[in-house]
Amino acid sequence: MSAKRIPGEVDPLDVLAIDSLLSDEELLGRDTVRRFVADKVLPEVGVWFDEGRFPAEMAKEFGALGLLGMHLEGYGCAGVSATQYGLACLELEAGDSGVRSFVSVQGSLAMFPIWAFGSEEQKTTWLPGMAAGELIGCFGLTEPDSGSDPGSMRTTARQDPSGDWILDGTKMWITNGSVADVAVVWARTDPDGPDAGKVRGFVVPTDTAGFSAPEIHRKVSLRASVTSELVLDSVRLPASAVLPEVSGMRGPLSCLNEARFGISFGACGAARACYEAALEYAGQRVQFDRPIASFQLTQRKLVEMMVAVQRGTLVALHVGRMKDLGTLASPQISFAKMDNVRMALEVAREARSVLGANGITTEYPVIRHMNNLESVYTYEGTNEVHTLILGNAITGIPAFG
Amino acid sequence: MNVVVCVKQIPDPADPGALDPNTKTLKRDVKLILDESDSYGVEMALQLVDTAGGGEVTLVSMAPNSEVGGLRTALAMGAAKAVLVSDEALAGSDALGTSKVLAKAIERAGEADLIITATESSDGYTGTVPEQIAELMGLPSITFAKSIAVEGGTVKVQRQTEAGYDDVEAPTPAVVSVTAGVVEPRYPSFKGIMAAKSKPVDEVTVADLGIDASQVGWAGAGQEILEIAAAEEREAGTIVEDDGEGFQKIVDYLAELKVI
Repeated sequence: MSAKRIPGEVDPLDVLAIDSLLSDEELLGRDTVRRFVADKVLPEVGVWFDEGRFPAEMAKEFGALGLLGMHLEGYGCAGVSATQYGLACLELEAGDSGVRSFVSVQGSLAMFPIWAFGSEEQKTTWLPGMAAGELIGCFGLTEPDSGSDPGSMRTTARQDPSGDWILDGTKMWITNGSVADVAVVWARTDPDGPDAGKVRGFVVPTDTAGFSAPEIHRKVSLRASVTSELVLDSVRLPASAVLPEVSGMRGPLSCLNEARFGISFGACGAARACYEAALEYAGQRVQFDRPIASFQLTQRKLVEMMVAVQRGTLVALHVGRMKDLGTLASPQISFAKMDNVRMALEVAREARSVLGANGITTEYPVIRHMNNLESVYTYEGTNEVHTLILGNAITGIPAFG
Repeated sequence: MNVVVCVKQIPDPADPGALDPNTKTLKRDVKLILDESDSYGVEMALQLVDTAGGGEVTLVSMAPNSEVGGLRTALAMGAAKAVLVSDEALAGSDALGTSKVLAKAIERAGEADLIITATESSDGYTGTVPEQIAELMGLPSITFAKSIAVEGGTVKVQRQTEAGYDDVEAPTPAVVSVTAGVVEPRYPSFKGIMAAKSKPVDEVTVADLGIDASQVGWAGAGQEILEIAAAEEREAGTIVEDDGEGFQKIVDYLAELKVI
């Protein structure tokens, strides 16, 4: 929430006046999501986190607001700019990374491949319901033994003489898996078949025989988010279940680029929430008869946090503008995802120290964000993988693969 | 059913506004937003049109510098179009001058079954514009509505009172002012925000409305602001340590205020 501002002075929550770089329309969308998060997420999210659940009924509220697949055109989607989508991710993650993850997975990982690579029938069957939040989607790429190297996946898809596809394998760490109505699953085809062993995407209704999605428990991160294993035990699908317009790793990687883009904004939201919590706390907490905000060490922490959040937000916004212009390159997404998530984690830890012992409870948002960001640091391309993508981009020498 | 909603675009209350020492009025050369107290009327109008199964909501606003920021918010919520009156001659308008302009703008907006306003704006707080509009247009006026239903040619209103509410009816068209907080205004959805970009805003001047500039603004104002002064600082409250009798102190205090 924007603080009271004295004319001629800076806004402590937006010192560089980054808001002035946003159009009226972008501000309206951003402020709407901010208000939605304040009304519907912040009062409850601490409880969701403590109880380790994400209320499925929120999906329809996200849908009504137009958040699901918001950057896609048609099929019930709003068709907003990439920057607008990013700003929404930022505000959602200022609420909770798990909440933003739900929206990212639905829009960028489940809806995007159907929208970009699906048949007309697949699009009309799934996208309007997914945009409305009536149908929930998930994305199955990562496997127990295949993370940063997704090309090593073991899940297979073989086509029998009838034309049906049969999927076998296990996917791991799948957001929304146990609550999904549809899973976009990536699997390797038969090396001797017509697809010559290339990876293909499949639209799998989760009530298909042989499909199950046990939930992963005992997480201490992203607790307000459902994380699952997908078990595909001879899942038989019609020939029409394959995504017709893409084959090879380009399919899943293009989805990841969409989601990583949103994360680069989202991380700034989590960081901002931590900075704001620390700033408020430091102004109220009195030690040695003075608010701790008056101590030089604390001021330095607050200033470093503020600078980091503002800088990261500028990076995200720049990347958003490039995406809208159609000039954004994959290493630039890596730059923003890698640096902004790292930044957010550092800000969360610094904020935790400002809150002292209070910082370790979920009464305050900081440690919830800090724990969540440990997941965000790793998912959608680990910090290490993004570093090496950039290493390759600047040296021309790939250090992996 | 067609409903016209009068909406005011005001300086953001989150950013403390400034008073112009020369004109003694609020500076309005900043970005303006939809007055929150008007969002309830917009929501009520949208619900009435939904219930009627047809028709549209038209916004009417008077603002400087062709400001449409607040209108876009209400258009994104679902209003179909807007009439904006923006004219330098309107600077300094008092409540009656404003009402004259809005009444003409409402006529320009097309045939309406109902005209909805807030009970008062969040910046001016005169609370007299709705009744003046009704008088100028020769329409019935109902104030402080907490719920509105239109049946046939009758508007039925639950009119909020200190004790509860009165049931009040009037023939349509009528001017009804809506109490803040009685409905939950919808969020402008992203589809709504995208659609709002292409919704028509009919921007007009005082002359377009057939009003003589001498009747509005400073020239036509029947009031004069003699002096402005800072509000007195709020006095610090009393802190009472609860020695087990704290409840009695609260009861005594409320009795002293004559609220119990």
